[in-house]
Amino acid sequence: MEVELREAPFDPAAELAAFAAPGAGAVVTFTGVVRGDDGVERLEIEHWPGATEEAIAAMVQEARARFALSAVRVVHRHGTLQAGEPIMMVLAAAPHRRAAFEAADFLMDWLKSRAPFWKKAHRAGSAAWVEARSEDEAALSRWGDGRGPASTVS
Amino acid sequence: MIEVLYFAWLRERTGLSRETVETQAATVADLVEELRARSEGHALAFSDLRAVRAAVDRRLAGLDAPLAGAREVAFFPPMTGG
Repeated sequence: MEVELREAPFDPAAELAAFAAPGAGAVVTFTGVVRGDDGVERLEIEHWPGATEEAIAAMVQEARARFALSAVRVVHRHGTLQAGEPIMMVLAAAPHRRAAFEAADFLMDWLKSRAPFWKKAHRAGSAAWVEARSEDEAALSRWGDGRGPASTVS
Repeated sequence: MIEVLYFAWLRERTGLSRETVETQAATVADLVEELRARSEGHALAFSDLRAVRAAVDRRLAGLDAPLAGAREVAFFPPMTGG
């Protein structure tokens, strides 16, 4: 399964161990973690059931078209996450490192701004929706025409 | 009839995750104007359109996007995945 959306926690080490990439000479992984440094106790991640999976699948398809990948996988959680817990993980395998690095970078840029997720940060006694960062939006233009899988949420 | 979906603070402000709307709105902007009149919560949700994104039948769409034949319109703040 190339795309997995889940509520339950996952173990990045187990994900890497289970990531089968026949013929790959390079595996790049990125793990996003709930930051606990600014008083955030937990994160609530809302998604759009059905559309979120479709949007990520389109990104994965685009990554496969752009980079010579042996295997690729995206795991992303939703629901309530505690500080320090992994939020998501991208795994990209390729015959050579460059394609694996670039595919992981590409997928992260698109996941940040075009995968239907909304985060709400809970601190002691308060909660606030996390605002999108303009740097994240700007990062999409790194990938050529800026379209990629972006014109759709699905 | 259009199915309208709300996410994140638009869901909180309208108090709805979805509603079915009888409308002749020609564009997303026209629909927003109609929705604004539904309740104080709706008006609050759409008080600053710069912070609102829309998708028509799961495709990102601008306010000027036509609604002819559309079945579903979703409203949400900019996405914060990853």
